[in-house]
Amino acid sequence: MKKAEAVLVPLGAMVAGLLVFGLFCAALGVNPFLVYASIYKAGFGSWYSWQNTLVRASPLLLGALCTAIPARAGIIVIGNEGAIIVGGLGAIWAGLATPSLPPFLALTVMTFAAMLCGGLWIAAEVALQHYRGVSAVISGLLLNYLAIALMNQLIEGPLRDPSSFNSPASYPLAPSHRLGSFAGTHVHHGLIFGVAACLLAWFLIDRTTFGFAMKIGGGNVRAAQLAGLPVGRLVVIAGLLGGACAGIAGMVEVAAVHGRANESLNAGYGYSGILVAFLSRQNPLVIVLVSLLTGGLLASGGMLQRAHDLPDATIAVLQGILFLFILLSDTFYGRFNFTRTKTPEARAAHANAA
Amino acid sequence: MTRREFLAVSAAAATARASEPLVIGFIYNGPKNDLGYNQAHAEGKQALRALPFVRAVEEASVPETVAAEESMRDMIFQDGATVVFATSFGHFDPFTIDMARENPAVQFFHCGGLFEEGKHPKNIGIYFGFIDEVEYLSGMLAGLATRTNRIGFVAAKPIPQVLRNINSFTLGVRSVNPRATTRVVFTGDWVLPVREAEASSSLVDQGIDVLTGHTGSPRVIVQMAERRGVFACGYQFNQSSMAPHGFLTGAEWAWGTVYLRIAEMIHAGKSVTNGTIPRRLTGTLKDEFCKLSPFGPSVTASSRARVADAKTAILNGSLEIYRGPMKDNEGETAIPAGKILKIEDVELDRMDWLVEGVDGSAKG
Repeated sequence: MKKAEAVLVPLGAMVAGLLVFGLFCAALGVNPFLVYASIYKAGFGSWYSWQNTLVRASPLLLGALCTAIPARAGIIVIGNEGAIIVGGLGAIWAGLATPSLPPFLALTVMTFAAMLCGGLWIAAEVALQHYRGVSAVISGLLLNYLAIALMNQLIEGPLRDPSSFNSPASYPLAPSHRLGSFAGTHVHHGLIFGVAACLLAWFLIDRTTFGFAMKIGGGNVRAAQLAGLPVGRLVVIAGLLGGACAGIAGMVEVAAVHGRANESLNAGYGYSGILVAFLSRQNPLVIVLVSLLTGGLLASGGMLQRAHDLPDATIAVLQGILFLFILLSDTFYGRFNFTRTKTPEARAAHANAA
Repeated sequence: MTRREFLAVSAAAATARASEPLVIGFIYNGPKNDLGYNQAHAEGKQALRALPFVRAVEEASVPETVAAEESMRDMIFQDGATVVFATSFGHFDPFTIDMARENPAVQFFHCGGLFEEGKHPKNIGIYFGFIDEVEYLSGMLAGLATRTNRIGFVAAKPIPQVLRNINSFTLGVRSVNPRATTRVVFTGDWVLPVREAEASSSLVDQGIDVLTGHTGSPRVIVQMAERRGVFACGYQFNQSSMAPHGFLTGAEWAWGTVYLRIAEMIHAGKSVTNGTIPRRLTGTLKDEFCKLSPFGPSVTASSRARVADAKTAILNGSLEIYRGPMKDNEGETAIPAGKILKIEDVELDRMDWLVEGVDGSAKG
């Protein structure tokens, strides 16, 4: 019954969000049903569209874990965008510093550099909240801007490729340092990192004592402390892991998509990742599914402009509306009777009691 | 298959082709309602509505990254585009080049790119306009309107194209008012609305009474001029709506001319790949690649007449704006006596000097 609720409430929120988005489209003079059809076509309508969706799903999978893992330890992290950016910067720095390494080793070094940068970034936010009472939401939001400033400083300064005069970018990675694509597609191997990270996160949270301890710490700090759990360390490690995932997302964007660091590191995958994490109720397995859905939505942004002359911010509006409804839907858990008296046994028990 | 059957089949195929629209994709770097560079291209795309055989699609705010490749690829694979216009300078290298290599059957056209024969694929065409003469005419109105003889120019970067506009505008100013000078401030980038507003305001504080600029969209500059009660000349797109009182005129692009011409050539079976469409399509005021914005309410009849005369002289070739002898603002000879540089002369594309009468440095 709890499971039915866990599916029905977010699904209802999504449907309600899409309906309100339909009103928005209608207000702009566009038939909402044609818009829904275009979203489907651009995200899932053909193998070509599926590839676009999968390309966008991989940073979402990793970006969402940055919120989902610390959330299990009781901390709301929204600094995903910043962690993706510093992860990408760490990866490009490591990649440019080791031009002669063989491919596998190079990508390993870049991945670890990205994990370290992203991990420390989020761990700092989490530690600030746990030890000093600075809300991780506020610090995360502000640190996102700091990450953007840091990126601009690096790609306009020490890492800048002089041939990128118009829009500043870092030097390109050597071809041996690039992450490839699945044969015959433009879906890059970042997807493997994303799915593997979600499976590992699920195993860690639901199948290990560490995950169990983390959840206790997240549920009630005092109780966990009384039980002798090192809450501070657990929470900071959760932040480190979440941030490391976002860092890998940045590495994937740099190594698989762009081949260099530039303004597109700040493409909003971090913010969309927060949406995915909340839609998935912070469950890493559900994140896999929701990332595909959200990836499809993001992939349809261009189509909505081309087919319906909608503004380029339309997909951002849809994401905003969905996020509002997801937050609102949180208040509906446990409010529906049907979730309590659904099985015949329960109904019988109910009748007997009466 | 008999000969008759073959003819029937190919005729059917030909009619099917004729009834299928020519799909043309456009990508812009910024929002298509920026009252500036991007909107000028978007308005050019609108002109294609006049052609019933064209279906034009567009994507705005496409960054100058791999995202540009994705947008172009989507247009080709999801919409069936066979022609793509990439409108921002940074969309060219390597994104348009890579896409052209990947899709040899699609024709790509780029605004202002630096095409290298032999190095870049043949299915790329370059188009661009020369707007110096329109800046000159716009500058004339500024020169006639100023009372303090001080004019402000807010510019993005000291690159040749911007320096050409500052110089031609100033030449226009001083052709009617030799005592007037232009003060230049560089902001450092194409879209920095806050810095543009600050620069505009500080120029007004220094006593200038006509403002213009060359940024992604001088909307903010024109708006600030109106708020501070001075005159304004626009650029890129018609910005008269931003300054109902003080707007004089402006130099704006007319990309519709280019887009219509290329679409008609492609419809007629020509292509840039085999050379039947020129590799470089450039034009000036005469070719209607650019135009003067409608005059504002404060422009007098005598001013209009002077601008109209100058325009006629430019169109019939009797007025050349880069005519020597011309000095730069450091006293050196920029164009020797007796030498005339035509608007399309490549020497002008290497311009690194500011003309006498400009207060500012060509180094930024």
